[in-house]
Parts: sequence; C-alpha cells; structure tokens
Amino acid sequence: MNLSMKWLSDFVDLGNRTTKDFINGMTLSGSKVECYEVEGAEITNVIVGKILEKNQHENAERLFVCSVDIGKDEPIQIVTNAKNVQVGDLVPVALDGATVFDEGKPLKIKKGKVRGVVSVGMFCGLDTLKLTTHDFPYADKDGVLVIKEDCQIGEDIHSALGLNDTSVEFEITSNRPDCLSVIGLARETSATFDIPLSVQEPSFKGIDGDITNDLKVNVINKDICKRYCAGIVKNVKIEPSPRWLRERLRASGIRPINNFVDITNYVMLEYGQPMHAFDFKYVEGGEINIRNAQDGEKIVTLDGVERTLSSDMLVIADSKKPIAVAGVMGGEYSGIMDGTVTDLPLTETVVFESACFDPISVRRTAKALGMRTDSSARFEKGLDQQAVKKALIRAFQLVEELGAGDVVSTIIDDDNTNKTPKTVEFSSEWINNFLGTNIPEIDMIKYLNSLGFEVKDGLVYAPTFRVDIERPCDIAEEVARIYGYNNITSTNFKGVADAQLTASQKFENNISNTMVSTGCYEIATFSFISPKYFDKIHLPKNSKLRDTVTITNPLGEDTSVMRTTIIPSMMEILSKNYNNRNASAKLFEVGNEYIPTQKDKLPIEPKRLAIGMYGNNCDFFELKGTVEVLLNNIGVQNVEYSRPTEDCPFDEVSAFHPTRTAIVKSNDVAIGIIGEVHPTVTSEYGIDTKVYIGKFLVPEMMQIAITEKSYRPLPKYPASTRDISLVCDKSLPAGDIQKAIEESFGKTLENVTLFDIFTDESKIGKGKKSLSYSIVMRSSEGTLTDEQVDGAMKRVLKALSKIGAELRM
Amino acid sequence: MKQQLENIEKVAKQELDSCTSIKELDDLRIKYLGKKGELKAILNQMGKLVPEERKEMGQFANRVKSDIENALAEKLETLKAQELEQRIQSEEIDITLPGKKIEVGKLHPLTTVMNEIKDIFLGMGFSIADGPEVEYDYYNFEALNLPPDHPARDTQDTFYITDNILLRTQTSSVQVHVMENQKPPIRIISPGRVYRSDAVDATHSPLFHQIEGLVVDKGITMGDLKGTLETLMKRLYGDDCKIRLRPHHFPFTEPSAEVDVMCFNCHGEGCRVCKNEGYIELLGAGMVHPKVLENCGIDSNVYSGFAFGLGLERVVMRRYNINDMRMLYENDMRFLKQF
Repeated sequence: MNLSMKWLSDFVDLGNRTTKDFINGMTLSGSKVECYEVEGAEITNVIVGKILEKNQHENAERLFVCSVDIGKDEPIQIVTNAKNVQVGDLVPVALDGATVFDEGKPLKIKKGKVRGVVSVGMFCGLDTLKLTTHDFPYADKDGVLVIKEDCQIGEDIHSALGLNDTSVEFEITSNRPDCLSVIGLARETSATFDIPLSVQEPSFKGIDGDITNDLKVNVINKDICKRYCAGIVKNVKIEPSPRWLRERLRASGIRPINNFVDITNYVMLEYGQPMHAFDFKYVEGGEINIRNAQDGEKIVTLDGVERTLSSDMLVIADSKKPIAVAGVMGGEYSGIMDGTVTDLPLTETVVFESACFDPISVRRTAKALGMRTDSSARFEKGLDQQAVKKALIRAFQLVEELGAGDVVSTIIDDDNTNKTPKTVEFSSEWINNFLGTNIPEIDMIKYLNSLGFEVKDGLVYAPTFRVDIERPCDIAEEVARIYGYNNITSTNFKGVADAQLTASQKFENNISNTMVSTGCYEIATFSFISPKYFDKIHLPKNSKLRDTVTITNPLGEDTSVMRTTIIPSMMEILSKNYNNRNASAKLFEVGNEYIPTQKDKLPIEPKRLAIGMYGNNCDFFELKGTVEVLLNNIGVQNVEYSRPTEDCPFDEVSAFHPTRTAIVKSNDVAIGIIGEVHPTVTSEYGIDTKVYIGKFLVPEMMQIAITEKSYRPLPKYPASTRDISLVCDKSLPAGDIQKAIEESFGKTLENVTLFDIFTDESKIGKGKKSLSYSIVMRSSEGTLTDEQVDGAMKRVLKALSKIGAELRM
Repeated sequence: MKQQLENIEKVAKQELDSCTSIKELDDLRIKYLGKKGELKAILNQMGKLVPEERKEMGQFANRVKSDIENALAEKLETLKAQELEQRIQSEEIDITLPGKKIEVGKLHPLTTVMNEIKDIFLGMGFSIADGPEVEYDYYNFEALNLPPDHPARDTQDTFYITDNILLRTQTSSVQVHVMENQKPPIRIISPGRVYRSDAVDATHSPLFHQIEGLVVDKGITMGDLKGTLETLMKRLYGDDCKIRLRPHHFPFTEPSAEVDVMCFNCHGEGCRVCKNEGYIELLGAGMVHPKVLENCGIDSNVYSGFAFGLGLERVVMRRYNINDMRMLYENDMRFLKQF
C-alpha cells in the first residue's frame, strides 16, 4: 500500500513531525514502512519559464533559439529542437546545473553552445521529469511539456506541477485489510501519535429519479454476496480527472485513466472498498443478477482474455450473460469508454457497484482463474461490510464534485449483513497478566477508543472494519502495540528445566565430529534431486529407490524428487569441486533420505552418512581407514568387510567399481557400503580421476553401537612380540588370515598388525604373495614364557596352514 | 712431601683451568686421582712417615684430594653447560618454515552456528525436538491456525506432494507434535530444514534452515518472550546487542512481533547494510495463539506460551559476511576450508 502523505493530511494533522518520525512511529505500532519516496526528489533547479521569442537557429534548420523569461531581470537564451512550443507558452526550464532524467537515468544540465549559439538551459518534456501522459493527459508525449497549470513564471517545477508529495510504502499484513486504505492508515496514525482523526461523512445531492425504473438488482446467492449497493450516473462526461486527483493516484502508485475509472480507484484507496463502474448500455435488460456461474459459462474479462467459469464462482450478470466476475474483474464491455482509445460508442450512463463478497469464494475464484487483482486481494482478506454504502456515496460525492454527471438520488442497497457488533470480554487484569505489564485500565481504554473500539460493561465492541478481532488476546495485542512493544519489561520465566540431547542427537554429533577429525569437510546439500540422477549412478531401472516422494509443483526438474539415496548429492558436490579445479576433496554429509511408504502416508526419513573423496593420492584404503576410525569412535564393533553379492542390500552398488567395493557389516548387519566409484559413473560426472565414496546407515549403526566404555587396567607384565612372514595364494583375502590368527590365539593375543606385503613372484613362486605380520602377546597373569609363546605360535601356524598360508622360509 | 702435595695441587688446578673438554677433564681425573695417579703415588709413600707426621700428612693429603675432586666436579659442570650451550646453538632451526600438514576437516558453517544456537538454548533449559520434513498439511498449517483458504498461506509458497502432504514450510510443525505428546511445561526448540518455492538467488533458497522455539506453561507472559529473545541475541551477538519488537501478524501467535536487531554496522543510525532502517529483521515471534493450544489439546485458560522462529542462513551469512546464500550449498572446498 502506497500512501500519499498529502492525502493522509486530509484526515490527520501530523504537526511538525518529520517523515522519518512518522515512519518510525508507524512501524513500531504495527504498520511496517518498507520505504518512502519524495516525488521528484532527484529533480533540481527546474523552474517555469515563459517563451518570449522563438527564432530560427542561424546554423541549423531544425533548431530554434528562444528567449525565455524565468522571472529574473534578464531573460535567458535556450536552443531547442522542439516544434511544439510557441511564443507565450509556459514550459519547464532546466537551468544550468539542473538535474533531470534521460531515459530513466539522472542527467546533469550544463550551459554550452549548440552549433555555435549559446544555450544556458534546456526545455523539459514529460520523460525528462519522469512523468507520463497519464499525469498530464493534455501534454505532447514526445515534445516539450507546455504547462497549462495555474503557476508563476520562475516558480519551482515541483510546486508548479504538484510534484511535491511523499509516497510511503507500507507492508500491510493479511489480517489488516482495513489498513489498505488512506482512512485506515489515518486511524492508525491518530492512535499511534495520539492526535485527532477527522473523517467527514460523505454525502451527495443527486437528481430526482427512482433508480428502480432503470435498474433491477437481484442478489440470488445471498451467502456469498452479503451486501450489494448500486447507483446510477446519467449524462456522464468522460474526461481526465483534475490534477489533484491524478496527483494522489500517482503518489499511490495508480495510473490515472479517466474521471470514472479514477473515482472508483480513488474510493478504493480512500475507504479500502473495491468498486466497479459499468457502462449501462451493456447491461442487457437493465438488470443485475448476482448469481453463481453456470459450468462452462464464458466471459471475456477486461484484460481481453476469455475465461471459462464454473458453478462455484460468483458472477455479476445481466439478463443474458456475466458482465463481471464478482470481486475479481469486470467484463470486456463493462469498461468506461471515453471514445478516444476505441471506436466503441461513448458512455452515457454508468452504474456504480459497491458490494461485499465472501472472502473465501473470491479467493478460490481468483486462484482458479489465475488472476489476482487489487480488488480480489482486498476481498479475500475480508472487508468492512458496513462501508459498502458509504463508499458508494463517496464516489457520487466525487462525481458531483468533478461535474462528471448527474447522480440519481436513490440507490439500491440489498443488505443481508449481520449488524450485531463483535464483542470480546475485557479485563485489564487479564491483559496485564498476559503481557507482563502494568498498564492502567484507563490507558487501555484510551488506546482502544483511538482504534475505533468501544469499551462498555466489561466488553470490547470491535469496529466493523476489524475482521481480525475474535479473542481477548487480540485485544491484548491492540493494547500492546499502542502502549509500545518495546515498553514491555523483559523478564525471565521460571520453572525447572530438563534439557539434554537425545541419544540419536548425541550419536549424530559424534559421527560428525569424528568425520571432521579424520580430515573430512562437512557439506550441506539439497534434499531434492533430479530423477535423472538415478541414471547417472546407473541405478537399475527396477530399483525400489526410483520410487520417490515427488513434488507436484517443483521449481524445476532438478529439484523435483526427494532423494531416496544420498549418494547422488555427494557425487554432484564432488563433481562441482573437481570442475572448479579443486585438486582434492574429502567430504561428508549426515542427511536424510526420503523413502515412500504408503500412498497418502508420510515417507520415512532415515539419516544417512555419505563420505566422498578424490585427489591427494587417496585410495580405497584411505576411505577404509577413515571408516575404521569412525566405527571405532562411535562404538560399532565386530566389523567385517565383504565383497558385494547378488543380494546386496544397497541398490547404489551399481555406482561402484565391482572389484573395489566392500559391504560393511557389524554382527552380520549391513551398515554401509564403501568403494571406488565405477569408472563410467566418474566419467558421467565429468571427473577424470578416481573417486571413493561410502554410505552408512545411521540409525542401524546406533542400534548396534556400544557406547558405554569401561576401563581396563594397564598391563603389569611385559609383552612378547613375534614377527612372521607367510606365503599364500594371491587370492587368499588378508581378512581370512587375520581372522585365522585371531581365532587360533587364546586371550593372550594383544594385537596383530600387517606390516608388509611382498608380491615378487620370481622370489616366492607364481600366483603367490607374501604377508608379514607382527603379533603381540601378553598375559595379565605373568610374563609369558618362551614355551607359552612358542606353543601359541604353533597353534597359529597350524590354523594358517589349514587355509593355505605357510610360513615363508 | 707436603711440598710435593702442594705442587700437585697447584699444577692440577692450572691444568684444570686450561682444560676445554669433558674428555680432557676425564684424563686429568685419571692422571691425578686414578689408581695409578700422582696423588696415589704420593700417598703410597705415607707408610714411610712417622706416625705424627703421617696423621698430619694424611689430613693434608685428603684435603688436597678433595680440593682436586671439587675442582674437577666444578669444572665438569662448567664444561657440561658449555657443551649444552654449543649443542643448542648448533641446533638452531628456521622457525618460519611451514608446519607439518595435519589434515583435520571442518563442520559446515551452518552446522557450526546451529550448534552454537542449540547450546545457547540447552543452557536456557530448552530440549531439542526433531520432526518430519515431509509433513501433513494439518501439522504445517491447519493446527497452526492456518485453515485452507487462509490468505497467509500465500506468503509461504509451498511445495506439495499430494493435496494433503507437503514439504514443511516452517519447523513450527514440530511444535504441534510436541504439544500433542507432552503436557506443559514445554520448553523446546525445533531446528531443521524447511522448504519454500523460492527460486535460488543471493538471498533466497528453496531449502533453508529454521530454529523454532516454544515455551508453554502457566503464567508465561510477553515479557518472558522479550527476556528470552534478549538473552538469545546477547549470547549470539554480544552484550551490547540491542533488539526491538515490531507488531506483526502470524496466524499462530497473538500478539505477534517481528524482532529486529540493531544494525552492527551503524548502531541504529541507518546505513547501506540495514537499508537505512538502523535495524535488521531477524526473527518472528509471539504469544502462542489460544486456538493453536486448543488444537493440541492444551487448555488455553490455564496455560499460555510463546513461540519464535529464527532463520539460520541469515545468522550464518551475517556472522561470516557471506553475501550470497548460494555459497552455503555450493560446498566448494575453498569455501568450506574458511570456517
């Protein structure tokens, strides 16, 4: 809502308060000011001049040299190419050093010579002053503005043209449609600054006549149309509105069109009540029926679009056809024609409509037809049912003031509104307890009165324009905002708190912190992805992961489905980093996957950990090492790594290098998958190096994790160490050897470390490899004897021999 | 003999003085005090003396011996100190050479600041509640006093899955779940991802994070809301941080407020950072609407409460002077390493 400060001053006197005082005060009492604009603020040093002489330029055929009276002792000389100025014309003159506009950008005017002749200024056209023919309909669009206003030679252009209003833009919340009006904001101003509000009751004289002779109004759907007022203006004279009216519309951000259209807009802005004016000759049968549309009924609206209506929409219809979509937009022919823009016949008689339509119906209709208008935006918030007639009278008052036609004195008012005022219990004690304040009751009543509320016998009577008032808390808000939110004393509430992180919050924190400690950087990715990403990771066509939670109104295909796997998100970020020429990346994310359940039921949102890395000579074992640290830190024990099999629980295995991938299990539960990304997938992502990724199931890990820790006394006796080198078939997994050592040893085994792998087949035989282990043993009961150690080693070698690993000689 | 001893002592001390290494010193020790040393040689002659002389000479010899021993020990200390000093000097390094690379990762700035905010609230006795991101219309809108056809629904452009299921536009939905399942007193925050169909640009993202807070108990006042927000802002931005409340409208609170924090740049004077307002809008808050309490089965005649919602991205961007929200979701290593 753009408010003209001149207009506001019709109703309240701000005294010596500055615009800044005004906007601060209003913002803090609840009418948020977005910004304000002083009209023509950038235009300087432009005044009214009178052309005294106009002569041909000596060196140029198309130029003229003018002598201009600017109210000083001596006239000044200006060279112009304007053809539309004559001696005696009043024109805007930009003096030396003036600022005007050139194609919307500020332009500084300097004196100089034009083709050898001195010119000390410039004549201004509409453009140059940031105006249009809507502001000055009589002006030549392309020439110099020849001023036909009552003004003085030498007068500053701002006052001469009325370019001296200030427009303040308010952000009005949806609960306060009453503030979408000058009077509404004037009332807020009055309450905010504790100054009087003066709004005159509108009235008009009218000419004798019975409207019902000309017009019949039938409100058929009285539920949706609670009130319908109509009146007629005869002998209309369509012309531009007077300057003051155009100025106010312009300051309010509305284009002046002609006096009738302008009057409907003016009243809408002043009272907040949308109005419509119909050309009576297109109201067939002289009747207006407010009824539901028929399914499939059509109307061409004012914007020239044919619209198909349905039976839940309300229309204003004549005897044959809809002429307006109620509260949304008028029909093609209903507009007021001034005979200049079309060759349609002139308007002679105009019907004014001021009505009250059901907010929800208007909202649904506007939405269904895809046209939100200024009118529908107001109706759908709920308007003052008792302002309907007043607004119509105000419109007629303006018609008479402007001499735009003869108003028939009787008007139609089909009123089915509920006249009982809304009341809410009033208790100053309750309000003070609720706000934590100590405001005297007398002050509360004063605040409420200034906002149009009455307080009587323990009840607050809400004014009819306050559609948002329902409960005591609404009254508390009114009191609080005029008292000043910032005058409420801050307090601390009491009570015993029991705040702690949940087990899963702690577990997730532990995962993130551990990942960071292993050198991984955390990333944050969108939860929605493109369904194409499934192809990018080679997900099988029949994978259940392709069954997604799908957004019906996505911003684009890119973000149209909720991810069922976190892996594509990680791949995208790795790819982005690679393409941004980052030599290496080591990343992780803890995020949700969204797995559909049943139709019309919510999906499940399991937490997943994704790990991804490339560059810096990283390999499978760096990833595995990272995972080992992680699992150890979060208490996941008995971890096994195995090659993926046919029944692999991770469909994303399709994205992995088949011989460089491991399924990670703990206690036989699959908790994750790690490996190198399949070379064709890497190239799909435009990455020209090896990439390693992993995905882990957070809740599943939490289930099996053992987070309790228990101290073991430090060893009292020394350890014994034996190193052994083994030879076995290349294909024998090191994991099997490790397992054989661990299982064949008793509890004296402290740890086994692989410290060398030797693969020179010329030395150890074809198809063979050699692995060297360091085995540390220790007993808690005493120093191990050589016999005990040798015995244990014998058992180990026997077990190893069984799986095909022999001591290397 | 005495003469001899005095002589030995004199020469020994001279030699000690000129000694420059521990090795030399050791040689001197053997020369004078060793089994075949000079002192021993003289002492071996003691037997030839008469008893009176022997006693006197014995005492004298012992004194000479201990004098030499002391001198040796003293010299040893000096030499050791010298050698240590030399070693230290020879071990000089260029301390301006770079340190060894220790690779540690970092949390995303969104997480870092989120953790900080969670800690502030844990400290104030708030628990942290989680809830679904894909949510029923009821929890996101209806229970929060936003029935279908409510105009305020337009201000939150919503992603729909079905007519009845959507991506939550606010984490207030979690409050409803909590109130349905827990009797007051309630003191929670619900942090998490929310979704609105805003195209991506420097200040908008279709996905962002919110932290909603809720307190419900007997006798909770708007003053308590102000006090809580002031504490939050002071902990987040320092003790000199000032806030102001502006009346606003949210369907789920009444009275409602928008909360501005005084511009850090101009301290309320008005500048480019705050678009000349002197304050920067940071969060929305209010007293929980009685309808919301009632929708969740809480008696609004007995209990009252307040709620507030804070956008995480805005706090993060301000904290680190990030001027483009897209950077947070680009996840470029060069960006991630900065925090």
